[in-house]
Amino acid sequence: MRIQRISNNVDTVEIDGEVDLSLIMPLINKYRGKKGSLIPLLQGVQTVYGYIPKSAFELLAKETELTLSDMYGVATFYAQFRLKPVGKNIVKVCHGTACHVQGADAISTAIKDALGVEDGGTTPDRLFTLETVACLGCCSLAPVMMIGEETFGKLTGSSAVKIIKEIRIRESQNK
Amino acid sequence: MTQTKVIVGLGSCGIAAGANKVYNKIKALQEAEKLNFELAKTSCIGMCFREPLVEVIDENGSMIYGDVDEDKAIEIIQQHVIGLNPIKDYVVKTDLFTTPDSIYFEGQVKIALRNCGYIDPENIQEYEDRGGYSALKLIAKDKIAPDVVIQTIIDSGLRGRGGGGFPTGMKWRFARASQSAEKYIICNADEGDPGAFMDRSLLEGDPHAVIEGMIIGAYAIGATDGVIYCRAEYPLAIKRLNIALAQAHERGYLGNNIQGIEGFNLDIHIKEGAGAFVCGEETALMASIEGKRGMPSKRPPFPAESGLWRKPSNINNVETFANVSYIVSHGAGSFNKYGTEKSKGTKVFALTGKIKHGGLVEVPMGMSLRDIIFKLGGGIQNNKKFKAVQLGGPSGGCIPEHLIDILVDYDQVNATGAIMGSGGMVVMDETTCMVDVARFFLDFTQKESCGKCTFCRIGTKRMLEILSRITVGEGQEGDIEKLEELALQVRDSSLCGLGQTAPNPVLTTIKYFRHEYEAHIRDKKCPAHNCKKLLTYEIVADKCTGCTVCAVKCPVKAIDGERKKVHHINQDICIKCGDCYSTCRFDAITKS
Repeated sequence: MRIQRISNNVDTVEIDGEVDLSLIMPLINKYRGKKGSLIPLLQGVQTVYGYIPKSAFELLAKETELTLSDMYGVATFYAQFRLKPVGKNIVKVCHGTACHVQGADAISTAIKDALGVEDGGTTPDRLFTLETVACLGCCSLAPVMMIGEETFGKLTGSSAVKIIKEIRIRESQNK
Repeated sequence: MTQTKVIVGLGSCGIAAGANKVYNKIKALQEAEKLNFELAKTSCIGMCFREPLVEVIDENGSMIYGDVDEDKAIEIIQQHVIGLNPIKDYVVKTDLFTTPDSIYFEGQVKIALRNCGYIDPENIQEYEDRGGYSALKLIAKDKIAPDVVIQTIIDSGLRGRGGGGFPTGMKWRFARASQSAEKYIICNADEGDPGAFMDRSLLEGDPHAVIEGMIIGAYAIGATDGVIYCRAEYPLAIKRLNIALAQAHERGYLGNNIQGIEGFNLDIHIKEGAGAFVCGEETALMASIEGKRGMPSKRPPFPAESGLWRKPSNINNVETFANVSYIVSHGAGSFNKYGTEKSKGTKVFALTGKIKHGGLVEVPMGMSLRDIIFKLGGGIQNNKKFKAVQLGGPSGGCIPEHLIDILVDYDQVNATGAIMGSGGMVVMDETTCMVDVARFFLDFTQKESCGKCTFCRIGTKRMLEILSRITVGEGQEGDIEKLEELALQVRDSSLCGLGQTAPNPVLTTIKYFRHEYEAHIRDKKCPAHNCKKLLTYEIVADKCTGCTVCAVKCPVKAIDGERKKVHHINQDICIKCGDCYSTCRFDAITKS
């Protein structure tokens, strides 16, 4: 079972004051009265903020007939939903069967070392979040990783780290 | 003279290999020099190992170029399109002459994939020009009764292509028999098996085939609403489906009184999955559509009786639907002339892993595994030795070399202990550790277990713990027997297919590769040189030339050494990624 416990540690508490809840009102109105809309609602909220803030859950509970417990039950069940803020670039390393057989473990280890985060973690500068995904469906290019919308195939430990370094350089140049 | 057409393959695989850049390069060249040719897009033709692919169709016929990068693209436009001089060495597929890759298509019969790679998936007219929607129009024109449609599907021998293998026609008959004002037709596009991307290619490459199949199914069972449950990890498929659904509406294939059939009203919506493998199981899928946790429920009642929102429902896989309109327009015989006695028709397989020609192939049931892997697939990469092929994803099993002459059909594959599954075929060679493969699959199923059934929830965890211990050199006598015992208990005490089949990779690897388990446990050795904790990378002093290439390559800076002096790997820092081993040109690094 995939359980993400809501942490009470200071360093992982999101800063709710910064979340503009009016951004999701159109979404709530779109699905008002429609049955079976919990998952599309959560997906919509995550598209807006990159994750689902606690205050968003509270707003949904207020505006719809959904209960907090049901919503958390669903949000913690599905791997897609994130309950903590994420970095600007989400690095998804594929660990499907084909990628595994072609050395995905080494890719993940190399990136973990380079970024200094564990699986699911975000770098302190909020630039990168590292995730392991089950299969991106690009098996003939194994091993594969996806950053944002871009897919990179035929990776080695060093080529993966190189790509990440290049993004870091680009980001610091853009500042 | 008709205009030359240049078509760029833009499926997800193609795009990941750089096809968008190739397309943009060609477009830029076309605009800059005002060149006279038609530029179009298509999706995956199944030849993934040669992506990006660019097809040029002129008065002589079609030639598909492979491994096209931006430079080659310019060459092709200049030499072939303008200069009328094809570059034969770059061509990977054509009817005009034989290429080294021609063998990939030998023996393939494209029914489900009939349009993939041949049409622009965002253009409904191209689908219709190749016979699309003729099946639906035929049903309307000849007033073919729903029961006759169902009989045609039964006669074709079509069985569920998602892995269940249940006769599709029978499923439709049960759904039809249920009386209800509300009925649902659902397409399972959750394709959760890692290593399988057949459904993704179909949805990206020929969404209308799936939609037409659903409309025909809806007509046959009397459905009033349709849902496509598609995993969110396939954004391009979802985009193309949305476009196709809107187009189908415009042309009167969806909506009210479809094609003039009085009272036949249907709308199809898309529901996105949220990342749960278990939602590929039909009762969990329906729970997910209802906005609940994807936890399977008891059957009976079966979906045909009580499914989505407690109404009669019928769920079929993407590939199953893609075959339907072909069968209806060409007749049951067009499908059942292929295959074996109990497994009719064709099946799409995703060939991946250590194989030279990785990609999608559609072959008649009854082709031998050997032919698929060694003939079409080209054999093992780097000419290494074949070890096993994993069929059926996390629910499947590993088939070893001595069984490679089995014919691929439901019965023969099941007899080995594996399952046909959705069609993922991961090829493994001498460097793949079978204990690690079992651990990998258990890691997956354990994470994906919904947690409802005690034996699945805890049993998979305990099996994973034992396997993990074995792969780091802490295996104990009796571990194999414990694994077998747990495996049988998990299989027999689980409510749904996930738990029932999770032990398959373990059971088949123990059955066929027991010696590998024993080597890990008794000798603390990994015969495939794969399990990291049992490996050491060392530099051989008298072969090392001090070229520093390995030190530069090392992602964690674990290698010390001055230029022209023998280098040394610091074992405390080494993460055993193997980059140094694969880079060294002097064979100075050993793996033991």
